[in-house]
Amino acid sequence: MAKIGDKKPKVILEEFKIKENSEDYGFADEQFNREDFKRNFKLKVIKKSNLDIEFDLIGITPAIANAFRRIMLSEVPSMAIEKVYIYNNTSIIPDEVLAHRFGLIPLKADPRLFEYKLDEKDEEGNELDTLEFKLEIKCTWKNKDVKDSRNFDAMYKNHNIYSEHIKWVPRGKQGTLYNEANIGPCDDKILISKMRPGHEFNIKLLAVKGIGKDHAKFSPVSLATYRLLPEITLLKEIRGKDAQLLQKCFSPGVIEIDKSGIAYVKNARYDNCSRNVYRYPELSKNVEISRVRNHFIFNIESLGAYKPEEIFILAVKTLKNKCDVLLEELNFENK
Amino acid sequence: MQTEKKITEIAGDEHDNQTSSTFVIEGEGHTLGNILKNIISNYADVQFCGYTLPHPVENKIHFRIQSTGKTKAIEILKRGLEDIKFICDTVLETPM
Repeated sequence: MAKIGDKKPKVILEEFKIKENSEDYGFADEQFNREDFKRNFKLKVIKKSNLDIEFDLIGITPAIANAFRRIMLSEVPSMAIEKVYIYNNTSIIPDEVLAHRFGLIPLKADPRLFEYKLDEKDEEGNELDTLEFKLEIKCTWKNKDVKDSRNFDAMYKNHNIYSEHIKWVPRGKQGTLYNEANIGPCDDKILISKMRPGHEFNIKLLAVKGIGKDHAKFSPVSLATYRLLPEITLLKEIRGKDAQLLQKCFSPGVIEIDKSGIAYVKNARYDNCSRNVYRYPELSKNVEISRVRNHFIFNIESLGAYKPEEIFILAVKTLKNKCDVLLEELNFENK
Repeated sequence: MQTEKKITEIAGDEHDNQTSSTFVIEGEGHTLGNILKNIISNYADVQFCGYTLPHPVENKIHFRIQSTGKTKAIEILKRGLEDIKFICDTVLETPM
């Protein structure tokens, strides 16, 4: 695949193009082999927090990485507000715009606990597939004698309507099964509307389970991307002023200079792979910028319904399930 | 959903002993099409493999497989799906 003797398959970034190598066919000449895949595959978690995860998948092809990414975005289910019953809306936001805003509020409810609502005619749904919320709020005067006309907090009550004002209305056994803290909007301070005295909301909201393919509001991630691992090699010792110039050509933290003034690559991982170094021909001939072709860095940010690593696992399971469904049908036909 | 057929075959390849086929996969798009094509096209007994999404609003793909003459196209498709399953299993088995 890559040069003989070169262990890591690399893409070398030249000034205007990728280095052409007549012996390098990329992945096009690589036959899939189960033993090789199992031996070469590695998964490393780099950073993990409540909502974000960064992990490496090593030994896969772009096709596999892209299938996982696409499934995370559009086929892992989540709950979102689907029906909005507006009994009263005297705010300045039109009904249809308001309804759309409600739809885009991410919900904490775990979609695995609910079923898809299959019956289109049944508007209200039942306790297994629908969550009900209400928003009943009115903006009123607090004090009319405030001198500073910009001090809204002193003058009005409820002049900013946030997602925290949406109240969950448990149906059937929902109240005993789930905790209110794990059902409502992911963030308390999502601004829905601004109001002035006399404006009022009286709204019923119904949330259902869906997938991102149907509408982006059902997507469980705010971000799901992958990129290749950058690798920077210094071919010659670079010192003094050149070293400082080199450091400026890359993202902060990528190139460091040691005590004797010699530049070294500290951490190429977070380089943005700009080709700034090619502005200085004397410098660039001693630097090789490349990316590792089978080393994928995934970044996933969950909206709050799942832990980020769960989204990835569900995506892999979804892909497996797709194959299972098709195989079952093919095997059934052949009998 | 389960009662509807997901895979059908386009007519026109009856003469060559089922070694070439175009499958129509309902409800799938680039997500499955691309990974399946990339795995199948590198098999030693595959002469050609490609897929197309005939129309962006129709949720189906046409998946073409031509074998070198010894294997049935449907067997290659099955092997491709099994290999994707193997990849998924390997990923799932790896502790996170």
